[in-house]
This record gives sequence, structure tokens and C-alpha cells, in this order.
Amino acid sequence: MRFQLTEDQSALRAGVRELLDRRFGREALRAAVDAPGRLDRELWRALGDAGFFALRLPEADGGVGLGLPEAVLVFEEAGRALLPGPLVATHLAAGSVAGAATGETVVAAADGRLVEWLEAADVVRGAVAGAVPLRSVDPLTPLHRIPAPTPGEAAADRRPPDGGETHTAAGSRPAEASAHPGSGADPGAAGGEHAAGASAHPGSGGHPRAAAGGRAAGSARVGGGSARAEAKPRVGEAPGERRQATQPPAGTGTGAVGADGTGNPAPDPVAILLTAAEQLGTAVRVQELAVQHARTREQFGQPVGAFQAVKHLCADLLVRTETARVAVYAAAVTGDAADIAAARLLADEAAVRGARDCLQVHGGMGFTWEADVHLHLKRAWVRARRGGGGTESEELLAARLAA
Amino acid sequence: MDLSYTPEEEDFRARLREWLAKVLPTLPPKPSPDDWPARRAYDLGWQRTLYEAGYADVHWDASPTLRLIFLEETERAGAPYVGANFVGLLHAGPTIAAEGTPAQRARWLPPVLRGEEVWCQGFSEPDAGSDLASLRTRAWRDGDDYVVTGSKIWTSHAEVADWCELLVRTDPDAPKHRGITWLAMPMDATGITVRPLRTLAGSAEFAEVFLDEVRVPVANRVGAENDGWRVTMVTLSFERGTAFVGEVVACRRVLAELAVEARRNGRWDDPVLRRRLGRLEAEFRALWRLTQWNVSGAEASGGVPGVGGSVFKLRYSHARQELYDTAAEVLGSDCLDMNRPWVLDRLSSLSYTIAAGTSQIQRNIVAERLLDLPKGR
Repeated sequence: MRFQLTEDQSALRAGVRELLDRRFGREALRAAVDAPGRLDRELWRALGDAGFFALRLPEADGGVGLGLPEAVLVFEEAGRALLPGPLVATHLAAGSVAGAATGETVVAAADGRLVEWLEAADVVRGAVAGAVPLRSVDPLTPLHRIPAPTPGEAAADRRPPDGGETHTAAGSRPAEASAHPGSGADPGAAGGEHAAGASAHPGSGGHPRAAAGGRAAGSARVGGGSARAEAKPRVGEAPGERRQATQPPAGTGTGAVGADGTGNPAPDPVAILLTAAEQLGTAVRVQELAVQHARTREQFGQPVGAFQAVKHLCADLLVRTETARVAVYAAAVTGDAADIAAARLLADEAAVRGARDCLQVHGGMGFTWEADVHLHLKRAWVRARRGGGGTESEELLAARLAA
Repeated sequence: MDLSYTPEEEDFRARLREWLAKVLPTLPPKPSPDDWPARRAYDLGWQRTLYEAGYADVHWDASPTLRLIFLEETERAGAPYVGANFVGLLHAGPTIAAEGTPAQRARWLPPVLRGEEVWCQGFSEPDAGSDLASLRTRAWRDGDDYVVTGSKIWTSHAEVADWCELLVRTDPDAPKHRGITWLAMPMDATGITVRPLRTLAGSAEFAEVFLDEVRVPVANRVGAENDGWRVTMVTLSFERGTAFVGEVVACRRVLAELAVEARRNGRWDDPVLRRRLGRLEAEFRALWRLTQWNVSGAEASGGVPGVGGSVFKLRYSHARQELYDTAAEVLGSDCLDMNRPWVLDRLSSLSYTIAAGTSQIQRNIVAERLLDLPKGR
């Protein structure tokens, strides 16, 4: 047992941090806040070139050939940097949607009744008929709400779990896209969604543009060529537990399809894990911000971090972060659905409570638009709603406990 | 990141499992918790059994990973706890092993390993709890002896111990951390009075120890005079390393039992309680991973447990209390009945955020040593 980062993994994380510092530093972050809803396509392609989306595709298919443990490290850094965009959806589509692997194509995905980055996306996975924009609490995450079907429509609207996929022409209005779900869907990609998370290969389904996934092979990439994916069971599965991987256990009130009335499939465990990794990154960042402030801000003639009331808030930030970290990393190694559910609960807690405590440590500055704290908190709130929210994970763990 | 064990480690686990299955049914019945001499005999007997099978020194000489496997498997199998051997095996023993002379190691370590002698701890005092370094029990040199006067508190197993690892002040004029000395005090010396303390759970788990001009040979000093604080820190870091491995395994078993009980009595249908149990399952899964992470870190750093132990202890002590508070919800009004399972454990869990460094002291350690925040009030 060597449950620590390998040298390659440490190097990978450092490489991604360096890339994001350079390409999405504080100025770029604040510029993004001032232009809500705009996705930086150049940055997106740079992420593609760096292997962000093709990370887990086999090298033979033009991917980086790494595994989930490496993916969570990369998504941790994305979360830490507050990187905007449908990162998880595009990463998961890399094996089945043309251009996703290289960052040419931006892929959004319906998640329950919500969809992030609908207008900016080239391809939308899942049923998003009639989606209407929300006034998103997070200036860095545009959101649409997918309406609940009326009772009469519900049956007709129900779709198989492998759902539909909507391609939108660049710059097309979302109303058009959602008015014709499935129209223009690429026949090669349709039906590929369900498997995309864990094991899809580019080109499966004969998608002509998927070959573009190999375009960046050989270029400088995060992780380099020496890192190896570690052997692991299929994601979302415990031994002898194929069913629970993609389906919440019976009695939790959700089936694989349509509990939210949208006909969209139950959340992919990998999507939940990568979201947890982003939450971990937020927890790390708000801890850094809180501690930095506590060390430098002086009141009563000493740094506020010398007061135990403040110091203990910071210590709790670290404890929550490190507990979430091991849960996320272990879930990436085992791929077990219950480990992923645990990781999600702890990472949500570390991010949301961490951001709240960070805000408190900042005092009045924490309540301002200029401080970045609110951006971390709001993003953590958005991510905490993904995949049915934490109650789904609590129910899954309870069911495992009683099994 | 690798959670799998090597073939050698798996082999160690398999042989241990096989041995436990064979030996546990042959053990005598567990003694009553109030019968201290019987508890001593039982705990020493178990240590002797371990010694004869070659497992006695797993706490000292084995790699952190083998220690983890040992603690995990013995807990799973329901083997006896370390009990009265705790201070000898996990506090005083490791300290003597690290800081003692060859003669001291030869005198004190084999009887601990063989299950022949019990140690207790004389660290805390009525006026020196969290601020341990302010301890005032005095020791004067008189020929080849130290003469010790003062009082100690929270001393577990004092009634049945052969030896006490004792911290005394040998230089009252030095800064408080610099005037402390570590002594091995024989518990049959003249001038020692032991007064048992009853805990809120009703049991006498520890005692106050009064020392009135007790003579301790200078040869019993481990480390240099006035260097006892540094010597002590070796001991404390051991306590925060793998000390809770067995308990995490036990907590996960209790959690599964709670689910069974809740399904039996119908409270499982309450979604609030069910989700609370689900969240606890997440918590204890993570605590197990944190243990593996810390053990792997200790393995990489040559076996020294780091500050990661403070992170673990903060989270674990809170989680344990939440576990037994949730058990009370599962029990309903039966949680007021001391004859029901988990009710006594709920009371005992209250000590976890206090003993071996309060949560507040642990937060200071985390903030000052890991986050580099300034010392202050």
C-alpha cells in the first residue's frame, strides 16, 4: 500500500497548476466575471492541447492514457483556479463526441433539471427541451432550467437512458436547440452517451471527427508520457455490484431514468467524482485565502490569525480539506460507487463550509464583490447541486450500510 | 496512489487471520470491568499469547503498514484490546526504545513484550492539563536518587501498574519546557498513594496519584536531566499515529449494527435518520482512508508519525461522538437505559475530544505547525 501521490502524479498536478496560473490567473478570472456567459474558446483549445479532456483516453486513440487518479488531480486544480466552463461534461464526452477531446467542441450536459453552459456549447447531451435561462447565482456558471413535463407530455417525452444529443451550430440560440431535441444529432455519436464516462473509445460508433482526438498526440502535455494509469475496477462498481454503479439503489426514490421528469439518465458516478475533485480544489483555495488573510490582517496589534477564534476556523478548514482529499483520491483508485458518494459528501462539505469560513475570516472584505471569496462559495453551491445533490449520496451509502 | 497490499503484506494478514481464528476461542472469559486485578491478568495473558506467537513487537518493529494490518485484523476478529498494556506498548516502551540506554532497554522492554509488567502514565497534574509543560511535581537529587513530591492525575491502570512513566520538574528556574525530566518510577516505592477517580460513565478508569518524597534511582532517568520534554514528545507522537486504527474498524462495525437495529425497529423509514447514517458511513470511510494515507506517509518518512495525527484525531473524536449520538436516535427512548448497547459507549465517547490533547489544543497544533499561523491568544 502506497496511498500517497507518486512522483508522476505530483508532477502532473504541479504542471496543471502552472498552466492554469499562466492561462487563467487572477486577471483572467476577473475578466471572466465581467463577461458572464462568455466561454474563452482559445483557453478551451489550450486545455485540449494540454490533454485535459483526452486525459483518460487510451494513447492508441490519441489520448493521454491516464486514469481516474490522475483525472481527479487535474480537476482539483481546475476547481482551485475556478476554471469556468462545462469541464466535466466535455471531459466525459471526449471518447464519443467529435472534437471534445481536443477542445474544439464544447459539450454541455443536462443534469437533472439543470444544464450549465447551454448557450456556449456546441453539443448538448441529454434532453433539454424548453430549457429557459436562470439568473445564475454564480457569475461564472450560466444555468438553464429544464421544465418539468406536464402530466400529459410526461409519457411521450420519456426517453431511454442513453438519451438524446443535441448539436447546436456555433452561436445558435438555445431556444432553437432545445426546441428540436435530437435534431441534427450525429448518428455516430447518438447512443454513445451512456458509456462515455467510463469506457468509451473515440471512434466507437464510427464517428468521423473523433479521429481529431489524436491530433494533439505527441505535443507537449501535462503528465508527460511516463505516467501510467493504475489498474482499477470499472468505475462505479464494487465487486459483484454492477447494478448500483449506474443506478441508485431501490427505495431511494430515483430510478435510472426520469425521477426528475426530464427523462435524462441517472448521474454518471465519474461525473460526481470529478465534481468532488473540483470541490476539493475549492476547499484548498479557500483555505489558502483564509490563512493568507489571517496571517497578514492585523487588529488589536497582532495578526488576526493569532486569535484562537480565527486560528481554529483555519484549522477546521484544513481538517475538512484533508479529509475530503483522501476520500476523493481513494474513490478515484477504487472507482466504487459508495466511495464516490462518500467523496462527494465530504468534498461538498469542505468546499461550501470552507468558503463560508473563509468569508468569515475576511470580515467585511469577504462580503465585497472585489474579494474572490464569493466566487468560490457560489461555484461550490452550483456544484453541490449536481447529480441530484447530497441526499442521493447519503441514500446510496445508507443502502450500502444496510445491504 | 495505490491502495493494494504487497504479497508479503497479504501473507502476513492471512497468517494472522488464521492464527486468530485458532487462538481466540481458547481465551478465558473477559473479566468484569470493575475487577482490576483480573483485568490486569487478562490483558497480560493476551500480551503473552501474542509474544509466544511472534506478534508482540508489531507495535515497535513492524512497518507502519503491517501495524495497520495487525490492528485491523485483531479488531475484526474481536481479539482483546491492548488494555493495561497500552502505556507500556504505545507510550513508555517506544520512548525507552528511542531514548533509553542499552541497559534500560534490556531491563524494561522485554517484560512489556512478554506481558509481565504493566506501565502507567504520570504526566498530567491538577494544575497542568493542556498546559502540560507547566507541571510542578518536583524532584531533587539526593545521592543516587531523585526525591519526588507532587501529584499526578488521569493516570489509567495506576492501581495495577508496576511502573510509571513520570514527568518531574528538576529545574524550576529554567524556561518551563527546559526544566523537565523523564523518570521510570517503581509503583511499589514508599510514598505513593493512589486514589481512583470515578468517570461520568460510573467506572473507575483512572486515578489520582499522590507522591510524597518518593525515591527514584537516578539510573531510572531516560534521556538527560531537564531534557524530558523532548523525550516526551517522542511518546506523544506515537499516540497520535496508528493508535486509533482498531477503533475506526470498530466504529464501522457499530454503524452496520445501527443500520440493522434501525431496520428492525422501523426507524430506518425516517429519511432524516437514514441519511444521517449514510453521512456517518461517508465519514468513517474517509477516516479509514485518512488512516491509510497517514500510514503511507509514515512509511515514506521512515516510520515517524507526523502532525497528520492531529488532523485525524480532530475529525475522529468528533465523528465518534456523532456516531453514538446517532445511536441514541436509533434507540429512541431506550437510549436512557444503561443496559442497552451503545449507551455506555455514548458516555465514554465524551472523553474523546478531551483526552490526549483537547480538540482546542489540536486545532492550535494544526494552525501553528501546518498553517504557520502566529502563536498568540
